[in-house]
Amino acid sequence: MKAKGTVHRYGDNVDTDVIIPARYLITSDPRELAKNCMIDIDKDFVNRVKPGDIMVAGKNFGCGSSREHAPIAIKASGISCVIAENFARIFYRNAINIGLPIIECPEASRDIEAGDEVEIDFDTGIITNLTKNARYQGQAFPEFMQRIIKAEGLINYIKQNKKA
Amino acid sequence: MGMTMTQKILAAHAGLSKVSAGQLIEANLDLVLGNDVTAPVAIKEMAKLDTDEVFDKDKIALVPDHFTPNKDIKSAENCRCMRDFAKKHDITHYFEVGEMGIEHALLPEKGLVVAGDVVIGADSHTCTYGALGAFSTGVGSTDMAAGMATGKAWFKVPSALRFVFTGKPSRWVSGKDIILHIIGMIGVDGARYKSMEFAGDGIRHLSMDDRFTIANMAIEAGAKNGIFPVDELTIEYMKEHSAKPYTVYEADEDAEYEETYEIDLSKIRPTVAFPHLPENTHTIDEIPDIKIDQVVIGSCTNGRLNDLRAAARVLEGRKVAKGVRVIIFPATQDIYLKALEEGLIATFIKAGAVVSTPTCGPCLGGHMGVLAAGEKAVSTTNRNFVGRMGHVDSEVYLASPAVAAASAVTGKISGPEELGL
Ligand code: SF4
Repeated sequence: MKAKGTVHRYGDNVDTDVIIPARYLITSDPRELAKNCMIDIDKDFVNRVKPGDIMVAGKNFGCGSSREHAPIAIKASGISCVIAENFARIFYRNAINIGLPIIECPEASRDIEAGDEVEIDFDTGIITNLTKNARYQGQAFPEFMQRIIKAEGLINYIKQNKKA
Repeated sequence: MGMTMTQKILAAHAGLSKVSAGQLIEANLDLVLGNDVTAPVAIKEMAKLDTDEVFDKDKIALVPDHFTPNKDIKSAENCRCMRDFAKKHDITHYFEVGEMGIEHALLPEKGLVVAGDVVIGADSHTCTYGALGAFSTGVGSTDMAAGMATGKAWFKVPSALRFVFTGKPSRWVSGKDIILHIIGMIGVDGARYKSMEFAGDGIRHLSMDDRFTIANMAIEAGAKNGIFPVDELTIEYMKEHSAKPYTVYEADEDAEYEETYEIDLSKIRPTVAFPHLPENTHTIDEIPDIKIDQVVIGSCTNGRLNDLRAAARVLEGRKVAKGVRVIIFPATQDIYLKALEEGLIATFIKAGAVVSTPTCGPCLGGHMGVLAAGEKAVSTTNRNFVGRMGHVDSEVYLASPAVAAASAVTGKISGPEELGL
């Protein structure tokens, strides 16, 4: 499985309140949420983003509230993967549980710039910056989490296990 | 190598005699929590499981608190979704407006959490119950759905940071100042993925309300959970509020901590976190004149009785500064009633504050006190992110109830000492 797209770049401590502000939490419809994704730090994001694009950020991405609406909004906006130096723990859990691929890689997080074309191979964790011709090794998921991701989320994973 | 308090609780709930940091385990849950923002998503997810059963109707708590009393039609629909689900599954602990409160103040008060429990909640401040010696942590709606269906959740066993408290805090220093001081010291990701385990003699000077405040904001340091040892005060609290049996776990003598911090509580000063991160802390002594438009006192962090008492001590016989709006929201109906009986509510109203029914409302910029562009607020809540309480160009300063109340009187960020208290 691979993802490829243009990079949208953010800094450290991007919190769930800017990913999707609380005032928009009165809905849980992914398309509705996607309309206001990142609006408080990047008004133009929703107009710029194309299906498959990639988000790159610094440390502690997704800190703050436990709202699953945050990874849902990012996924529904078309983003195919988030690369960060590291993630806040609830966001990390939520992304895996809903099937939004995320990858921790400090080097890639440092080097990749807005507008770069980037390709990610989820099987190997290898991130390739096509614009800058650079490669980085991202952190692969532990096996247990790979099973959840392969099942496309926790709910499907439980369903499959129940049948087995 | 021994285990931390958190690791011991997790091991017991996973049916293992020993766990170590980094290990993935599946633990049995004593309680699964959701609110009117997260539960509707979880309910939809659960429907996909083709199951019509919850694992235990007594071990699920549903609290409509974020946008209640219903802010608008959409929030009314969300609450109805929860209400219908609660009715259908005969959920014991569903709290309708009138008996509700902000979830993290409500659950301990209703005796739903006790020492030794493992609790997940689809709300990040679920870590609050660590004050009781329980392992509790925030998760997302999918985890909540899986938890309601199976009674289990997966965890990566966390490593831990240890905070050893010594000394006695001075008069106007509360749990809020202590936790803000710690977050200022280690940063908003200082405890990322880890447990914050509190220890030391100084704990006996902290009321349960102080401990709830401290554990509540463990997440603001990125922690998985924050946890206090169980002492006489905890046991007294549990006896008063709960009939549930509890289990006391203690960290092993040779438990491993990534770091140990000694904190002399007597040296901590009233502390304020500046916008837009809880780690931007300053002591009250180093703050310039900052004029404010609004003061908010309440929330799951500081909406308990001791918090309201502290605010009332400052506001008693004084007036809110002209041009400042003060909104006080007790965290639960019970706290509201006690505050009324003690005369605190009268003190607030005479001072010129408004008192709101229990709700999360202003804390998350939802309703009941949203900020306009350029406005500044002193708030006893736990987050001061961009846009958290309203317009993206508004600013939130996090402080204790005493500092918030003193600021209400002077119209700028102030400590109670400035009023000669
Ligand atoms: S009071 Fe604020 S922080 Fe606490 S549960 Fe409500 S919205 Fe969350």
